[in-house]
Parts: sequence; structure tokens; C-alpha cells
Amino acid sequence: MPSENNTPILQMQNICKTLSGKEILRSVSLDINRGELKVLIGPSGAGKSTFLQCINYLLIPEQGQIILEDTVVNPGVKKDLYNYRQQVGMIFQDFNLFDHLTALDNVAIALRKVKGMSKKQALEIARKELDRVGLSDKGDLYPAELSGGQKQRVAIARALAMEPKVLLLDEPTSALDPELVGEVLSVIRDLAKEGLTMIMATHQMDFARALADEIVFMQQGEIIERGSPAALLKEGSGTRTADFCNKLSDMCEELD
Amino acid sequence: MLEQLAVILDALPYILEGALVTLGIVGGAMSLGLVMGIPMAVGLVYGPRFVRFILGFYVWFFRGVPILTLMFLFYFGIFDLLGLNLSALAATSIVLGMTSAAYQSQIFRGAIESLPQGQLKASRALGMSDMQGVCTIILPQALRLSIPGWSNEFSIILKDSALAYVVGAMDMFTRTHFVASRTYEHLTLFITAGAIYFMITLVGVKLLLALEKKVRIPGYTS
Repeated sequence: MPSENNTPILQMQNICKTLSGKEILRSVSLDINRGELKVLIGPSGAGKSTFLQCINYLLIPEQGQIILEDTVVNPGVKKDLYNYRQQVGMIFQDFNLFDHLTALDNVAIALRKVKGMSKKQALEIARKELDRVGLSDKGDLYPAELSGGQKQRVAIARALAMEPKVLLLDEPTSALDPELVGEVLSVIRDLAKEGLTMIMATHQMDFARALADEIVFMQQGEIIERGSPAALLKEGSGTRTADFCNKLSDMCEELD
Repeated sequence: MLEQLAVILDALPYILEGALVTLGIVGGAMSLGLVMGIPMAVGLVYGPRFVRFILGFYVWFFRGVPILTLMFLFYFGIFDLLGLNLSALAATSIVLGMTSAAYQSQIFRGAIESLPQGQLKASRALGMSDMQGVCTIILPQALRLSIPGWSNEFSIILKDSALAYVVGAMDMFTRTHFVASRTYEHLTLFITAGAIYFMITLVGVKLLLALEKKVRIPGYTS
């Protein structure tokens, strides 16, 4: 989607992260404008997931800073950190729903505990958000009673209820059975059309090609290529991204 | 035979009163162990290194020293030294409770560690503090998983409560022993007391099982 204005809503600058002695991110920088969808791709171990977790400070980078709407975030101050995380939602590969709560309560709990809403108000919003992901009839079910695709849609509703300015998605369809991928991607597609700002790591290349404003190719903790899907994925463009995608689709064909 | 029955009937109100004392000791000890054990478990899993070290030492001490030794150490030693004038009943409850805290902390720790920790990550990502995440997401699940271990702990404390005898608290065992020494009907009286202990265990374990079923999460298998 074309951005309404060209000032970045979120800026990551020179993010460095080492995990158990191994350098995972080497000075990664990325800006995202309001309403954009950026897709991170790259081989596993490239640092995509670590990068996403650094973006909302689930992992604290050793170096670098993050700027949300012109304000530098200071993760050292607890109040600022919690406040920042409310504004940057996160979707995980394995859903991480709260197992002891119904779908409705999964969505409502943070509204009550973090935003201090009344139970009634929180449940009202939760119903609306579940409806938005097409699960209005599943509100009273527990996570263990839902399919993978439904779980991920509840997780998306849970994140959306906080009205995040940016949504981060860490391979949201990788843990799903193939026939369930579509329902989750279609929810994400709707969000993109509504103009939600998103950064998404995925291997779903058709999705990226169709919807991404920019594809960011990561390898060994660095961004090595970036550009519009048209430019990066053009036949014979000779980019690493195109090469990687061909390998992915070759692999799929072999498996088929 | 009739004579023995008469002794039992005669002593039963006195012994049953002791059963209430025993239940009081067990209730106090379980509660103290619960109130101490939950934060200890949280500290053992999520605490900084020095907190884990201190808690680890506590657990090691109370699991490593016989309860009889602890009873004497605290009742005649430490409580005295601190100038606490505790009744035998309160002292027994506290010593059993502190010991139980060591065991209960391990029950809860195991339950917490068996949960998928991604849920805590998700709670953080929503803007919850670690404290909120642990209290609203982790503990409600961990406590459910702890009920079987807790019912085990209940039956153990119930039996340990007979140690109240050594500090002179008038629990069921002590009273039974008194009557037996007076009437020389040891066999009859201790069978009676044993049967009452057995009934209490049975009822307690059944109640906890009912609780476990009541709070079970639909569709959930761990």
C-alpha cells in the first residue's frame, strides 16, 4: 500500500545482537513508513526472528537504537519499555496463546491488565476483534479446542486489540498444516489492505510478491538486498533474493 | 471385646478433638507452605542468581534435615533464642510449614518449568510486566498442574503432624498415646487412630481430585 506520508513510523538503527557468544545481528538498520508491509526473507539462521524480537525488545540488543514516531525508545526504563511494547504487536510462529483462557479472554486479558479497562469493555473489544479475524463463533473455546489456523487468528486478534502502530509477524504460517495457511494469510492480507504497518518474516513468496512494499533479504545477520518485489524477483535479475526463491520453489517441486 | 469397645467409645470424643487439632496443624502447615512456596518457586525459576542461590540453600536445608531434628532445633532452640513464646501447636505448624515450603516450591517449580515459556514472551509482547505475566498467565496454569503433587504433600504432612507429640501439642497421636498409656489398650486405640488418619487422607485426596477436575482446562493435555 502506498504510504500516506513518507516519514518513517519506526526506525531501527544499527541493531547488534549476540546470543551465547554468536553474533546474530551485525548492525542491522531498517526504516518503515506508515502503512507499509515489509517482508523479511532469508535462510534459517539469517537472524530474521532475532531481529523481529529485538524490534519489540523481547531481546535487548547490545547496540543500536529504535525510534518510534521520532521518539527514541529507552528499554532500560520499565515504564517506557512496557508502553513501547503495547504499541508494537507481535505474532509468533507457535501462536503462544494463553492456554488457560478462552479465545475471548486471550484477547481481553491485556486490555484489562495493561490498559486497565473494565471486564465488560475489554470483552466488547475482544468480540469485535475476534469477529474481524472471522472467529466470532469461537470466543468461548479454549486454545486446545482450536485448530492451528484458528489459534493464529486468535493471536492476531489479541495483538490487534491493543491497537498497535506496527505489527511484527514472525513466520506466522510456518507451524501450520498447509491447508490452514490460507485462512491466516487472508487475514494478514486484509490488514495490509486496511493500511496496518507490518514487518513480517515469511517463506510464503507468492504472498510477499503480491503484497509487500519492500522485500528485505537477510543472510548471516545482515540485510544484503532490499527492494520492491518486482525488482528483486524479476526473472533473470540475478539477485540473491531471486536465487533464494528459485531454490525454495525448486524444493517444493521436488517434494511434490 | 465389649470392654475394648467401651474404651474406644469412651476415648473417641477426646481423640476426635485431637483430630481437629491435627487438622489445624496440617491446615496451617499447608497454607504456610503454599504462601511461601509459590514466591519461592517463582524466584527459583525467574529470579536473579543470588536469589536462586539463597532459595536453593533453603530448600537444601529443609529437605536435608530430619523433621524431628528441625522440631527440636526450632522449638527449643531458635524460637527460644528469638524470644518467641509459641504454643506447641503453633510451633509444630510453623516448622512443618517451613519444611513443606521447601517441598512445595519444588512442586510449583516443576509445574512452571513444564509450561511453554512462549506464553510469558507473548504476555511481555502485549506490554505486561514480568510480574503481571507470571501472576496472570504462568501461575494460574502452574497451580492447576500442581494439584496432584499437592495432594501428595497433604498426605505427607498429615502423617508428619504426629511429630507434634515431641513438643507436647495435643494432636490426635498425642491424645491416643495418653489414653493408651492409661488403659493399656494400645492395639485397639492405635488401630482407631490409624483408621481416622486414613479417613482424613482419603477425604483430603478425594477433595483435591475433585478440585483438579473442576479447574481442568477443556481440551488441554500437557
